[in-house]
Amino acid sequence: MAGWSNHTGTAVVLPRENVDTDQIIPARFMATPRSEGYGPFLFHDLRDEGFPTMRVPGAEVLVAGRNFGCGSSREAAVYALVDAGIRAVIAPSFGDIFAGNAVNNGLLPARVDDCTAVTLVSALGTGQADLTLDIPSRRIMLGDLELSFELPDPAATKLINGWDDIDLTRAHAEQIESYRASREATAQWVWPRAG
Amino acid sequence: MSQPRTLLDKLWDTHEVTRNADGASLLWVDRHFVHEGSHHAFAKLAQRQQGVAAPDLTFGVVDHYAPTQGQGAARLMRASAEVRRMIEQLEANCANHNITCYGLDDPRQGIVHVIGPELGLTLPGLSINCGDSHTSTHGAFGALAFGIGATQVAHVLATQTVWQTRPASLRIRVDGALGPGVGAKDLALGWIAKLGADGARGHAIEYAGPVVESLSMEARMTLCNLSIEGGARFGMIAPDATTRDYVQGRAHAPDGTAWEQALAAWDDLHTDADARFDREVVIDGSEIAPVVTWGISPDQALPVTADLPAGDSDQTRAALDYMGLSSGRPLAGTPVDRVFIGSCTNARIEDLRAAAAVLSGRQARVPGMVSPGSSQIKAQAEQEGLDRIFAQAGLEWVASGCSMCVGMNGDLVAAGERCASTTNRNFRGRQGPGARTHLMSPAMVAAAAVTGEITDVRPMLKGRI
Repeated sequence: MAGWSNHTGTAVVLPRENVDTDQIIPARFMATPRSEGYGPFLFHDLRDEGFPTMRVPGAEVLVAGRNFGCGSSREAAVYALVDAGIRAVIAPSFGDIFAGNAVNNGLLPARVDDCTAVTLVSALGTGQADLTLDIPSRRIMLGDLELSFELPDPAATKLINGWDDIDLTRAHAEQIESYRASREATAQWVWPRAG
Repeated sequence: MSQPRTLLDKLWDTHEVTRNADGASLLWVDRHFVHEGSHHAFAKLAQRQQGVAAPDLTFGVVDHYAPTQGQGAARLMRASAEVRRMIEQLEANCANHNITCYGLDDPRQGIVHVIGPELGLTLPGLSINCGDSHTSTHGAFGALAFGIGATQVAHVLATQTVWQTRPASLRIRVDGALGPGVGAKDLALGWIAKLGADGARGHAIEYAGPVVESLSMEARMTLCNLSIEGGARFGMIAPDATTRDYVQGRAHAPDGTAWEQALAAWDDLHTDADARFDREVVIDGSEIAPVVTWGISPDQALPVTADLPAGDSDQTRAALDYMGLSSGRPLAGTPVDRVFIGSCTNARIEDLRAAAAVLSGRQARVPGMVSPGSSQIKAQAEQEGLDRIFAQAGLEWVASGCSMCVGMNGDLVAAGERCASTTNRNFRGRQGPGARTHLMSPAMVAAAAVTGEITDVRPMLKGRI
């Protein structure tokens, strides 16, 4: 996964709250291997409702309502967004699991306060415009507007560096091994009894 | 003297291997459950030619794609080629990595959040992960249990650890006592309606108070299961005598000296008297009536005695419109087209008994399906004669799997159809494209089956409970 710090792309508004992961990708498509691409499944069952991603095929930034990505832990929801070219979602809040999955796939979940959300929605309206996101400074630039977003430090570090967690964790191999040894020695009950 | 700590703190501190400067903790994972949907994670391992770090702590089960028609392994014949491939792929991945797998032919097969506890794999004091958002269910035992995505599943498989930032703490205390016909599902939908579908985002919930202490393990699992529908990735309840009685003697639970060791470790698994929570919410259990969702988000829920909300916002109007409902009309009396009893939320033996108590000697006016939470629960229910009660009422008694909760293998609610369901999500299209879902308790679903409309179950329980 390639890291990134700053990106300018076409932004559109998705004026809905509680867009759950079942809406982002219905469960029936999740048997597909990732290598085949998940872009075509994005918002599949909502297409006849004129979703902005259909109207603006080149969109890279979604400005959505609160609790975006709530529901199932399916990472396929993030795959569908990423494979359709989305780099960031800006919303007043995100499902916790979705936000973690997003960061693990280079998709920025940029949390904004309600006031910023209203400003962005009214600036974009039903149209589209180029918007810049800068992760280190947590800034959003849209025309003359300069706004800020929130992103926890661990998420920012990961997005900027594009790190793979498994590789990172290798640096802690000794600590993990000593934890395991101590857990086995002091809490044998944790290991499942052969039943 | 050390600082007073919450249950969350104690579980977190016990499992923290290390912490980064930015606050992310590397947690040891005591149990990892995988299912057919874990194919992405196994593919990531294969790409890296990576093995599984702790196959002895990893368990596989066929649930999300399990066909519910037919018996045992013969169920596979009922599946599409794609579903068959998913199931066979899980079994092959588990076999390759020496992971125990409960396949369709295994009498222990069932929904992961039902069989973990049932087999004694879920224990107080453990950290538990699974690539499923309802992993919070296992928190009912006083475990640190949370759902993870595919990248994290691959990470747990490869390292037996997971990176996670400690959430904020929220205690939901339920005082008073629940009335007859009111249970954990009503309590859960009630607090979610009050706080919102993202009301507990960023928090781990500890459920406490006299009502919670009086709940059975099955009911505690229902309550913790639904934590994620209010935005919380974690839900937990301090273990007590009810917990120990449930766990003792289960197939994989510790015994002998290991059991004594476990009891000693579990003794400390409670929030210290002076520990502080980031947030506290108090609910009066005596005021809770059976709750039913009317909309397309779990927080769009009301007591069955209420009227539908006024369409005073775009969100409400859109939800009422999708659900084919009119604002201001009574929720009770809304006709339903079918019912479903199943899922990791409400398909345990106690749930089936509660539904059967309502259905016994009565006829369902609408078609419906009952899918037990596990194959063992199915066998137990058959021993108790519950299957005959469902069949005599006209409901279909099928095998165990996620089934109509996620619209798998043709277990679908048709477009425009209205389903009274014991499941966890009333999202648009969750039970099938265009499906309309009303979430409620097993007893309330049984009542809806009998009358063909959303109905307060309480008068129907007279002389039965």
